[in-house]
Amino acid sequence: MSEIEGIYAIWLREAKIYMREKERVISSIVSPLLWIFAFGAGVGSTVETVQGYSYQIFIYPGVVVMTVLFASLFYGVYIIWDRKLDFLKEVLVAPVSRASVFAGKALGGATDSMIQVVFLLIIGLFISVPLTPIVIIKAFLMLLLISIAMVSIGLVIGANLKSPEGFTLVINFVMWPMFFFSGALFPVSNLSGWLSAVTFINPLTYGVDAVRGIILGTHQFPIFLDVAVMLLFSLIAMGIGVLSFRRM
Amino acid sequence: MNTKPEGCFSEEPVVIKTEALTRKYGKISAVDSMNLEVKEGEIFGLLGPNGAGKTTLISMLCTILKPTSGRASVNGFDIVKEPGKVRKSIGIVFQAPSVDDLLTGRENLQMHNLLFGVPREIRKQRIHEVLSIVNLEKRADDLVNTYSGGMRRRLELARGIMHHPKILFLDEPTLGLDPQTREHIWEYISDLAVKECMTVMLTTHYMEEAESLCDRVAIIDYGKIVVLDSPSELKNQIVGDVVKLKQRTPDTEALKKLEYVRKIEVKDGLLYLSIKDASKHLQDLLTHTGSIDFVEVRSGTLNDVFMHYTGREIREGEAEGGFWERMMKK
Ligand SMILES: Nc1ncnc2c1ncn2[C@@H]1O[C@H](COP(=O)(O)OP(=O)(O)OP(=O)(O)O)[C@@H](O)[C@H]1O
Ligand SMILES: [Mg+2]
Repeated sequence: MSEIEGIYAIWLREAKIYMREKERVISSIVSPLLWIFAFGAGVGSTVETVQGYSYQIFIYPGVVVMTVLFASLFYGVYIIWDRKLDFLKEVLVAPVSRASVFAGKALGGATDSMIQVVFLLIIGLFISVPLTPIVIIKAFLMLLLISIAMVSIGLVIGANLKSPEGFTLVINFVMWPMFFFSGALFPVSNLSGWLSAVTFINPLTYGVDAVRGIILGTHQFPIFLDVAVMLLFSLIAMGIGVLSFRRM
Repeated sequence: MNTKPEGCFSEEPVVIKTEALTRKYGKISAVDSMNLEVKEGEIFGLLGPNGAGKTTLISMLCTILKPTSGRASVNGFDIVKEPGKVRKSIGIVFQAPSVDDLLTGRENLQMHNLLFGVPREIRKQRIHEVLSIVNLEKRADDLVNTYSGGMRRRLELARGIMHHPKILFLDEPTLGLDPQTREHIWEYISDLAVKECMTVMLTTHYMEEAESLCDRVAIIDYGKIVVLDSPSELKNQIVGDVVKLKQRTPDTEALKKLEYVRKIEVKDGLLYLSIKDASKHLQDLLTHTGSIDFVEVRSGTLNDVFMHYTGREIREGEAEGGFWERMMKK
């Protein structure tokens, strides 16, 4: 009971702060809009169709996943600030387990990301992405799973580093390769050789594939494989996350 | 302050115990093989110059810093093996501010209630209670980043005592607080110590505060306990009374031989003598001083004791934590 209240307290703090920092909300909405409209429409004008969809629609699931990826991973930087400004001490000395502290933070980060997802799903309705209520629910759950995995990775990195600059450096080495080799912007099936090998070991590939499958119906892998890979990956990331929090 | 707490029932009267507790930062030992026992219901003061190791000791006891070696238990639980149980027993007000800037005062307190498992029925009442003690009711719903420094400190204190912990650590709690607030807070804390048998370990640089509040104090320096006793014992044993006088012809040789004179210091042409019992020996003393221009007698204070053990001047570099000074010594 008290553990659940602890998780709730930490999550509530994260949610409140997110809603109060308007810049955070705005900036996280603007960049996916640019991807969909500027990049999607720009590249789209030179590309015919991909797998039967206009390029803008084709990359829509990828852009949503990208938004979740970026927002979730970067969320880890706040743990560094919390520590720098000593806010975290209050939580670290509280009689709740570190697993609960981690869970509260992870849920807080996932909430940030999912608020952005809601915005993007609404935009999707306007650019005639085929979204039915059931599709929206399925996509939402899948994106939540991806978000929890990525928030966990961000928190692991944040818990182990001391400076925000160091965090940005490390996160760039994680984020960009994951993003580029995930099939978010182009179909994985066209790749050959070592590039396709990289996409196969990238867990995000399965996340993108699942979300695209759910929204556009074009699967590279069976959906259960996608979900299984993301689930396993999340569990591992959360496990390492809890261990990192125990050492703080 | 020396009344026996009413609320103490526990069989194990020692609630904080350290055995050769040590914390090193590189070569320097911030806390150096410290042995300490604090009894239940006691208000225990840690005094020491900047960099003496007070904060380091408290950080270890509240499980946010791991000892390099040695052991310690808080409320009977080992700080390394059972940190979760230790955390259930304690409350702490950190030296460095740790209230959340981006929340309001009340939200900070609400979060604390949840984190520290204050029963639901009394949450509102507790918040109301501590807010009135620190006199923050009117600003409770403003964001903390609009508070003044002292107001933040007050919120921090309110938060630390709100869940009525078994053991309360206070690291320079009253730094920067106005006298009224200080009074209020000490009243509340001593009251809790008696009524709920709360044990308090505090650090402070205000000697009068330590003198009037603490059942026992430890003066620590360079990570070691220099002396530990009740303030009154320390004053009796070490300083007694202080006689300040001005000799017409300065000469301290004769005075040094007197058995009741404990210490002689010369400063700005004035003589400061620590005397075992001035009411008994003053007459005799004046027969040895020669003719004098001026004399003043006062009873010794904890401040005198502190100076006696840790030196008169603030040491060079010590204000920054004494890091270099100690590096050079090793
Ligand atoms: N994180 C750290 N890294 C290196 N040295 C440290 C660290 N924290 C403390 N020290 C050193 O340990 C010693 C004890 O510091 P501590 O903060 O415990 O002193 P203190 O008694 O609380 O002093 P103050 O009265 O200034 O608060 C100092 O010499 C300090 O320089
Ligand atoms: Mg300190």
